Amino acid sequence: MVVFKKPHALSDVPLHYCPGCTHGIVHRLVAEVIDELGIEGKTIGIAPVGCSVMAYNYFECDMIEAAHGRAPAVATGVKRANPDNIVFTYQGDGDLASIGTAETVHSAARNENITVIFINNAIYGMTGGQMAPTSLPGQVTQTSPYGRDVNLCGYPVKICEMLAQLDGPEYLERVTVNNVKQIKNAKRAIKKAFQNQIDGKGFSLIEVISSCPTNWGMTPQAALKWIDEKMIPYYPLGVYKDRSAEKKGDEQ
Amino acid sequence: MNKLTFRTDNCKGCGLCVDVCPKKVLALAEDVINKKGHHPVTAVNPEACIACAFCATMCPDCIIEVEKGV
Repeated sequence: MVVFKKPHALSDVPLHYCPGCTHGIVHRLVAEVIDELGIEGKTIGIAPVGCSVMAYNYFECDMIEAAHGRAPAVATGVKRANPDNIVFTYQGDGDLASIGTAETVHSAARNENITVIFINNAIYGMTGGQMAPTSLPGQVTQTSPYGRDVNLCGYPVKICEMLAQLDGPEYLERVTVNNVKQIKNAKRAIKKAFQNQIDGKGFSLIEVISSCPTNWGMTPQAALKWIDEKMIPYYPLGVYKDRSAEKKGDEQ
Repeated sequence: MNKLTFRTDNCKGCGLCVDVCPKKVLALAEDVINKKGHHPVTAVNPEACIACAFCATMCPDCIIEVEKGV
């Protein structure tokens, strides 16, 4: 009996990510969810700019490459023109939380019926490890060699907390993938985000706290530990908004 | 007997699977270099495998296939 094999929606192309980068895990989770929901034929993915810029090579569904940060805007257009298709974006923190903040906030406020997978690794990976809007206070990066100074550079952007203030979005959850238990939990969250779209509920965003061993300057194992020690205390995991659960609560 | 199959050429030798295995089945093959130039993962103790698939769940490159009772 096969206990585990590569999901069909994930292509055979070798991933270009660095050794130990958790992007690959999240790619696989998305592909598994697409397989399980049986939506590979009608799914359209939107790839971002950043490390995951070549995500279009790795999924067997149709993919579009968006301009930097504009994936939710492209997804809005695709979904409105083809409401029967399932549209998801896959974005990093440099794409979604930096140049694409406006698109993110407004598509959430409009409650567009799309699924957003947001990878937060607290650094700009592709360009070589510069400080990102999500870098932690005191975090050493290429452009903050003495640690992020919050008096000079301000505080990190907490996307889930920020979007939860809006009335628009349907579902916001922050998960991580640094151990097997958390990976299973992340898959459940991603599946719910896709199911919400199938049910026509609206905007779902799953923030995945991810590791960047290369630019954090750590081994893959140490990077996973660093998520537990540094990232999660600043970015607490959990559901930040679930409108259908709130509605159920109101009825009771 | 449980069976592990590796797509060895895609392995990047990150070792996350080695660490997560509860039965110490896996190790990086220090004397082998794959196409990508990494020491790929190999099963050094395959009979101890309990097919929990933790290794495959953790693998970022999805190179591990797990079969139970082959």
